[in-house]
Amino acid sequence: MVVELYLDLLSQPCRAVYIFAKKNNIPFEFKDVVLFKGQHMSEEFGKVNPLRKVPALKDEAFTLAENTAILLYLSRKFNTPDHWYPSDGQKRAKVDEYLSWQHTAIRAQGSKVFLIKALVPLLMDKPFPPEKLEGAIEELNSTLKQFEEKFLQGKLFIVGNEISLADLVALVELMQPVGAGYDVFEGSPKLAEWRHRVEEAIGKELFQQAHEAILNVKDMAAAAAQLDPQLKEKLKQLLQKNLK
Amino acid sequence: MGLELYLDLLSQPCRAVYIFAKKNRIPFEFKHVELFKGQQFTEEFKKVNMLKKVPALKDGPFLLAESTAILLYLSRKYNTPDHWYPSDIEARARVDEYLSWHHTNIRANAPKTMWIKVLIPLLTGQSLPPEKLQEVMEGLATSLKQFEEKFLQDKPFIVGSEISLADLVAIVELMQPVAVGCDVFEDRPKLAEWRNRVEEAVGEELFQQAHELILNIKELSNIQVDPRLKEQLTPVLLKMLK
Ligand SMILES: N[C@@H](CCC(=O)N[C@@H](CS)C(=O)NCC(=O)O)C(=O)O
Ligand SMILES: N[C@@H](CCC(=O)N[C@@H](CS)C(=O)NCC(=O)O)C(=O)O
Repeated sequence: MVVELYLDLLSQPCRAVYIFAKKNNIPFEFKDVVLFKGQHMSEEFGKVNPLRKVPALKDEAFTLAENTAILLYLSRKFNTPDHWYPSDGQKRAKVDEYLSWQHTAIRAQGSKVFLIKALVPLLMDKPFPPEKLEGAIEELNSTLKQFEEKFLQGKLFIVGNEISLADLVALVELMQPVGAGYDVFEGSPKLAEWRHRVEEAIGKELFQQAHEAILNVKDMAAAAAQLDPQLKEKLKQLLQKNLK
Repeated sequence: MGLELYLDLLSQPCRAVYIFAKKNRIPFEFKHVELFKGQQFTEEFKKVNMLKKVPALKDGPFLLAESTAILLYLSRKYNTPDHWYPSDIEARARVDEYLSWHHTNIRANAPKTMWIKVLIPLLTGQSLPPEKLQEVMEGLATSLKQFEEKFLQDKPFIVGSEISLADLVAIVELMQPVAVGCDVFEDRPKLAEWRNRVEEAVGEELFQQAHELILNIKELSNIQVDPRLKEQLTPVLLKMLK
């Protein structure tokens, strides 16, 4: 049996796993878990990941959650090219450093802008005060500054001349605010050039395909309109709580 | 020049790095960065970690931040016993899974107890309403439930019968609420037994030594806090006070 990957491409960590698997010709079964339909709450998915988050992996009896753990598992099991997770001790440490830092930095701030700008208008009865979004954008911008100064510096990629898991995980997160209409690359030439390099290293076509859903706001609106009412209520509570 | 570790043992990720290095007899120079004195903001430290956080590592010209990256770097460089980061692919994935989940769960919730009970009163002279602490404890309880059910299950340690980096990173974080009187182990016998096993695997003495400072945090109530630190923390505090 091939590896099963449980994904929804609206989710940024899912796109990282998807792109990585496709790019490396890893055979897998794409298991759709449509978040907007609440499929991650199903009994069946609970057996794969009791944390009820995507991405998740199932390889025979072995199940695994968490994007970075899945990427590392696939890189080891399928022995993917060294540049993704370099065997050089210092380079590898730099990938680890980024993958650890991003959780409470790029991932946290980028998602927040996405939630406030894209999901709140679709789901909530009344908009948030504009200061909310402004505050979130300000925080994202200071995180981006750290990203450029500490991680990217003057290099082509985070660990030097080749793409690694760190670049992949970074870029999919930064496309989330872009999908919501806040272009983090505008007015930031260094970041924009890095994005081009990453897209090229992945392959434009694969990159586009993985981002089709998130970059199509109209489809997202349509999906949100069909949301199960009970789930909508739950999501509203979550948004309210997370965005305080 | 040998290995330098920049640490403040009040910080939980620093304790993980400290315990790991000591336990594995890794020779290092302990560089004390006193957070309460704002030493993380000095020009000198900024050259080591421009994110201005501890822990940080300097190994010759090589610089590294982030506790998990440092732990992994040390485990490779000093070839520490396999159980810390097992070479078995599935066991290793379990460690990675925990180390990733940790950031937005245990790590996000547990330190808030310290903020509310000690740091906010110390820095602002004000206390938060009791509902705040209750809210934080509820969030922590949810994380701990997932920790027990998904990660620990009925195993002695997160990946099975031996201690790994995952257990170490988890325990140091959970000692933060303990230090301020929110004993998360009290009504959780399974968790308490796991803690005993982890302490034993680390060595009681080393564990105590690493936690001495934090377990006496209340004595710090008359400490002089660096004004720059106050300034830096004000926005964070204001957000919490809301
Ligand atoms: N740290 C996890 C995060 C996974 C995560 O937050 N997934 C989101 C989508 S981006 C999800 O499944 N959310 C569903 C929910 O929380 O109900 C990872 O990197 O895999
Ligand atoms: N994700 C980082 C977190 C490091 C961190 O947050 N360190 C805190 C102490 S626990 C710090 O240095 N704070 C100083 C400050 O923010 O001014 C790690 O695991 O190393």
